[in-house]
Amino acid sequence: MDILTLFVVIPVLTITGILFLKDTRQVRLVSAFGMGIQLILAGVLVFAYLSARNAGNTEEMLFIKDYLWFKSLNIHYAVGVDGISVAMIGLTSIVVFAGIFASWEVEFLTKEFFISLILLATGVFGFFISIDLFTMFLFYEVAVIPMYLLIGIWGSGPKEYSAMKLTLMLMGGSAILLVGLLGIYFNSAPGGTQLTFNILEISKVSIPIAAQRLFFPLTFLGFGVLGALFPFHTWSPDGHASAPTAVSMLHAGVLMKLGGYGAFRVAIFLLPEGAKELSWIFIILTSISVVYGAFGAIAQKDLKYINAYSSVSHCGLVLFAVLMMNKTAMNGAILQMISHGLMTALFFALIGMLYGRTHTRMISEMGGLMKVIPFLSVCYVIAGLASLGLPGLSGFVAEMTIFVGAFQHPELFYRIVTILAVSSIVITAVYILRVVAILLLGPTTNEHHEHLTDAKWFEKISVVTLIGSVAAIGLAPFWLSSMIGTSLQPIVDRIVALNPF
Amino acid sequence: MINFNYTIWIPLLPFLMFLFLGLAGHKYFPKLSGILGTCGLGIITLLSYITAYKYFFLSEKIDGAYQKITAVNTVWLQLTDKLHIDMGILLDPISVMMLVVITTVSLMVHIYSLGYMKGEKGFERFFAFLSLFSFSMLGLVLATNIFQMYIFWELVGVSSFLLIGFYYQKPSAVRASKKAFIVTRFADLGFLIGILILSFNTGTFDFITLTDPSGTAIAQGGGIAFLGLSVMTWSMIFVFMGGIGKSAMFPFHIWLPDAMEGPTPVSALIHAATMVVAGVYLVARMFPIYSLSAPVALEVVGYVGAFSSLFAAVIACTQTDIKRVLAYSTMSQIGYMMLALGVSGYGGHEGLGYMASMFHLFTHAMFKALLFLGAGSIIHAVHTNHMTEMGGLRKYLPITHLTFLIACLTIAGIPPLSGFFSKDEILAAAFHSNKLLFAVEYVVAGLTAFYMFRLYFSIFWGKETHYHHTPHEAPATMTIPLIILAIGSVFSGFIPFNELVTSDGKGFETELELIVAIPSVLIGLFGIVIAFIMYKKESAIPDKMAATFKYSYKWAFNKFYMDEVYLFVTKKIIFRYISQPVAWFDRHIVDATMNGIASVTQSVSLRIRGFQSGQLQKYGFVFISGAILLAILFIYLWK
Repeated sequence: MDILTLFVVIPVLTITGILFLKDTRQVRLVSAFGMGIQLILAGVLVFAYLSARNAGNTEEMLFIKDYLWFKSLNIHYAVGVDGISVAMIGLTSIVVFAGIFASWEVEFLTKEFFISLILLATGVFGFFISIDLFTMFLFYEVAVIPMYLLIGIWGSGPKEYSAMKLTLMLMGGSAILLVGLLGIYFNSAPGGTQLTFNILEISKVSIPIAAQRLFFPLTFLGFGVLGALFPFHTWSPDGHASAPTAVSMLHAGVLMKLGGYGAFRVAIFLLPEGAKELSWIFIILTSISVVYGAFGAIAQKDLKYINAYSSVSHCGLVLFAVLMMNKTAMNGAILQMISHGLMTALFFALIGMLYGRTHTRMISEMGGLMKVIPFLSVCYVIAGLASLGLPGLSGFVAEMTIFVGAFQHPELFYRIVTILAVSSIVITAVYILRVVAILLLGPTTNEHHEHLTDAKWFEKISVVTLIGSVAAIGLAPFWLSSMIGTSLQPIVDRIVALNPF
Repeated sequence: MINFNYTIWIPLLPFLMFLFLGLAGHKYFPKLSGILGTCGLGIITLLSYITAYKYFFLSEKIDGAYQKITAVNTVWLQLTDKLHIDMGILLDPISVMMLVVITTVSLMVHIYSLGYMKGEKGFERFFAFLSLFSFSMLGLVLATNIFQMYIFWELVGVSSFLLIGFYYQKPSAVRASKKAFIVTRFADLGFLIGILILSFNTGTFDFITLTDPSGTAIAQGGGIAFLGLSVMTWSMIFVFMGGIGKSAMFPFHIWLPDAMEGPTPVSALIHAATMVVAGVYLVARMFPIYSLSAPVALEVVGYVGAFSSLFAAVIACTQTDIKRVLAYSTMSQIGYMMLALGVSGYGGHEGLGYMASMFHLFTHAMFKALLFLGAGSIIHAVHTNHMTEMGGLRKYLPITHLTFLIACLTIAGIPPLSGFFSKDEILAAAFHSNKLLFAVEYVVAGLTAFYMFRLYFSIFWGKETHYHHTPHEAPATMTIPLIILAIGSVFSGFIPFNELVTSDGKGFETELELIVAIPSVLIGLFGIVIAFIMYKKESAIPDKMAATFKYSYKWAFNKFYMDEVYLFVTKKIIFRYISQPVAWFDRHIVDATMNGIASVTQSVSLRIRGFQSGQLQKYGFVFISGAILLAILFIYLWK
């Protein structure tokens, strides 16, 4: 069996294993074990990928496997990875691993919870390894559906409402997306040969410009809904607020990245001319996302809402950079996905841990926690600093790559909106420091909070894994950035060849 | 060629110390961490002195000019084909000079803190943060490229944030740290935009390429114009915005006085001697571009500096918190340095202002750190910051008194102390190029002498105040740094800066210009005399003066209401008129639309549901009436 399929098989095996267990402790251990193996496997994949590249393999995608699945429509189970998907797989396995430990104390229907969680992870892994549009879409849906159950059953607050809203909006996005994907499929063989879903094959033909004009907005919008594109982002605050900790982590950390990744891999890569023509519309929308999300976050009172709006801002930056369509900006977009994935997962993990102790997420009801629970508070400050783009942590690397890249755009309009997007770094600092100051610093305001206990061992594993990754990328970004850059080169070459600036 | 590879340890050692103390300090050796941090800093101070010696006296000069040496350089992040962020070490006269300043002051502050912070909660955290700051500041001055400088610029910002908010349970300290971070962050936004524009036009971040006077970056600077100014000018103005923020120039100065909430050694190190002069250093670093390619931007530098120095000096005359007086004094003195750069030209004697600015930066670091540490010693003894609650302390604190007096005389520009020489060079540079700025600085010199001696007389002379405990002199760990810095303040004026640190690396001749020097000494003495009359003994004159100039006094005392303006902008405009409407709009318009779609769907489906009632009679009725309807249609209308 090839290494990529293992990424789907291991979670499935883990789920099967959990099905036969009764004891909650065993369920947790098996989940952690399975996802631990997945994490190691991701490490092996990164290593195998880099050594294959160093050995001089310049194929666009490595480890390709292709099985015919449904003959009449030419649907394949086709997998393959380049540096970008390898990076995304690495991100996913880290976040899932941390997520398992963050949900260590789920008491209600533990078994079912972990099954749904790992099923969600299966979908995400499958999405990132697929190079067949149909398989990709299938895994995409596999990732979205368990979310409904996870929020609806294990959530808090108005959970049914939020779960319904989230699922319906994402389904609406999927519907638009499906039209776009089928549009690509039916235009994939202008020469009258066999139609195909395979991304690599489609990228070699040129889809008629009229079709691109029609299907680019559909595909981009379809993925954009998941990437919290303004004005289709409103599922995010409600959904996150109701979701249990690990689900928020996975959702903001990984699932929203499917949107950005898909927008890049499908909408931009396969429909570059349409993208070039229509990018200005979405540039405006994403610029609004970036600034609007940040301003929205300032006025929030609930920690999860703050982080949800902050995610709107940061994910807006991903789509913004993808639309700039040059190598540096796109590299920044991928880095931003990884960086945001890690740090937002960290944020949600910490918020969950605070909530578990204080039973509130309202910042006004907390204060001066630094003295009581120093470990969690320091980690929260680090997460905040990463989020506001402090050098030495991953956020800075990603944002600066995006800004410098976007500013290289030859047209003045794009440079001006870049400056607008750059201004978000100040607004981010405002809301992050506002929360840190109210929540952690100052005297302890609530006497019930004076005897809280600091992080337990499993919480520490979860948090330290994430902080370690954030710092590793922030301190030594070169290898990651060049791994992504190398894989971007053929994509950018193609875009530039079709759209000479 | 001398090997400078070892300089990599100068920034690296504090970084390792930070990680070490930060991760393991509180558990394993809370008491020892102060000693460890100080020893680490001692080592790099020694390394810096060796570097300075080797650079200034042993390294090879080409054409009589000190060369820029890239000791270490490695690509940290490749951005575009041309643009890449490097991490490296650049040695040239100003960076080597800054090495000496930073390590000296930092070492003094470390030693001083051993006594000052003794027994404080979070002792090891304090030293970890100090190490982080030293690392960032050293990385900033040694940067080989503007992006590296920006990176460390942000890091010093966060170190400053952490140290101002060191007493994190004190709400005023938390507010001050937040304010400092956000104000400087806003200014840094300008810096970043400046970098983007600059790199877009020149295709490089590298300082050596950018500032080569005969290079392409400077040659093409006159390019495309926007609002009558060249692109290069715009980018340099934006870059300078970062400098305005970090160096607390008007109008971004409001964070500095509040930053005094931090422990006093921190104020001495960060908010007097090193970090706040980063803006001056930034302009000096980019000086060839300012001077040769963006003269308008350089003029902006000069005027901002001059205005800030006057503005701050006026406020300083009315404040009663001794640390705040010193904070405004710092702002005023940095204004001097900015002004000196603003009136300077490039190369040879033209570059007098540049040399003077660096000279003043050096001497100011010594005497201002001394003043702050002295203030710390006073606060340590009497447990208050307000000079109205002090008086007659000369008997109790003899060493502090003597060193404080030296520092006051130095800042007032009394010869032959170091402040006289550096300030004189600045005045001379201004005198030759811009008479207006010269006049402003002349007035400021008088004001400076006045407010410093107002402070001095109120603390050490004046009325005898009754203290709860008899104040006593600080321990040796605190007085030794005072003495060393006092020696530095007295003698650093004799360092031949005109030979060592000049705009183009070549030495030039300077002479004492009596036409400038004598009046400046006189106005200094005049300020001292006024202060002597008003504050030596308890007298009614200050109150009478305040009453006479009631309104202007009130404005100055309230810092010209700048804080209120900022509060209005942030609280009212941003929070109330932008953020809250955005949040409302999101919930009640965008989200409501989405919910509206859902409820329309739902209500439509409710209507449709009515048809599927499950009642056979109803189905039969509809079926039959439909059939009849169709029959009528077919029979009568289908013809």
